Amino acid sequence: MERFQSRIAAVAWPLIGAGVVVLLWAFASATFVQNLPSPAKTWEVSKLYVLEPFEKRGELDQGILRFTWYSLERVMQGYVIALVVGAPLGFMLGMSKLFTSSFDPIIQVLRPVSPLAWLPLGLVLFQKPEPAGIFTIAMCSMWPTVLNTALGVRSVPQDYLNVARVLKLSRMKTLFRVMLPSALPYMFTGFRLSLGIAWLVIVAAEMLTGAPGVGGFLWQEYNSLIYEHIILCILTIGIVGFALDRLMGVVERRLRSAT
Amino acid sequence: MSDASPFMLELENVSKSHGTTAVLSQVSLKVEPGEFVAIVGFSGAGKTTLMSLLTGLERPDTGRALFKGEPVTGPGPERGVVFQNYSLLPWLTAYGNVLLAVEQVFPSFSAEKKQEHTERYLAMVGLSPARDKRPAELSGGMRQRVAVARALAAEPEVLLMDEPLSALDALTRATLQDEIERIGRTAGKTIVLVTNDVDEAILLADRIVPLSAGPEATLGPSTTVEIARPRDRRALNHDAHFREIRRSVTEYLLSTKSARKKDMGRSREALAGPMLEVST
Repeated sequence: MERFQSRIAAVAWPLIGAGVVVLLWAFASATFVQNLPSPAKTWEVSKLYVLEPFEKRGELDQGILRFTWYSLERVMQGYVIALVVGAPLGFMLGMSKLFTSSFDPIIQVLRPVSPLAWLPLGLVLFQKPEPAGIFTIAMCSMWPTVLNTALGVRSVPQDYLNVARVLKLSRMKTLFRVMLPSALPYMFTGFRLSLGIAWLVIVAAEMLTGAPGVGGFLWQEYNSLIYEHIILCILTIGIVGFALDRLMGVVERRLRSAT
Repeated sequence: MSDASPFMLELENVSKSHGTTAVLSQVSLKVEPGEFVAIVGFSGAGKTTLMSLLTGLERPDTGRALFKGEPVTGPGPERGVVFQNYSLLPWLTAYGNVLLAVEQVFPSFSAEKKQEHTERYLAMVGLSPARDKRPAELSGGMRQRVAVARALAAEPEVLLMDEPLSALDALTRATLQDEIERIGRTAGKTIVLVTNDVDEAILLADRIVPLSAGPEATLGPSTTVEIARPRDRRALNHDAHFREIRRSVTEYLLSTKSARKKDMGRSREALAGPMLEVST
């Protein structure tokens, strides 16, 4: 019984919280922020995009999940590049003091650079918006993976390395059978943070390149003065980002409990 | 000529410092093939450092560490190690931890042979029912058994044990002592055990070598344990030879400690296990 009650509470309170925010939103749009579409109006105008989420009516007039899918595809490409480059880079940083003292400063300099700064460089390098966007996502989302992997490698207990030495494991075997499994929980924390950033960057990348996707749609609807769709896009971006983080969190917890 | 030396392991005037601390000074030790030697010393005296020199994880600053007359250049599976804190890989099961060693040491075995070999050693330490459990799901005693199985499965010529039982409760400790005694007796391996428990050393070893209190610890006069095997821990309580060894080793260690003007009361308690009253 108590368990049941706590379950209800776990659902009820978030709903109440969301309800309060919607009420404030309705109140604000009805009184002092005339340009803000009301919740009812937002739903009215967005209904078509939500209820037919995969419909394609035109290049820039598609269901919201279809747009989300385009964005996710783009994010995944950039994200995979970030992991493929970032994880080995992190390993090298973690294993070599010399490598760290050589490259850590430049990493610290590149890390805080905004996606809005990388994108024009991507356009210059690739001459096309699509690879420029992917380049930007990769450049921005790589760093948490790099730094957490390096931390994970540095945190491999000396005891495990001693076991590898006593058994005379080769360098490769030590890397893949001892260091990698030991560092994996740290690496996954990096992967999760990287995915969050990759998703954050997508909107900026699509806005500037005008590519079809949830960010491109947002910018186009702003230009078309359909403000309801801006809110629809914001909510979609938020929900998808939340879902991705939760998904990675589950995998991460599994890994942690395994070690 | 590797058979030039009659000794399995030797330390020749070995000194070792960590930073500015001189941990070991002029340590010499000779271990014969098949011998079970226990090195007894205080916590922090440098026992683990001494062990690292024998395993080859560390190299002496001066002097030499020899294995079968050849200088030790690094660790190797022919000198199996049971580490103080087990050092099991937490993402592998008990079986996986032992198998890793088997795969490495016997690469020519077929998959079935490797499996059979691994299971045999798990069975030897009584862990067959727990073979698919990860270290986190095992008790301290069971983890230590896995560590022992892993070391033995590599079929080393020498087994080096660094305070293997110090983290265990008294009862588990006693059970595992009996098991190590049995393994030492039946496997006929050369074993070096490092411990802070004099009773444990007498129960298990052929010879006891005390390590003086650090810094600049060195090995004292060794004592041969002439008690017939298998040794019965209950009968030992009343054995005059046992008491005599216990008294002389404890007194030697305490004399080196009091020379350092440290807290004697605590040391005496730590050295004399809960098994016996101190007979004076």
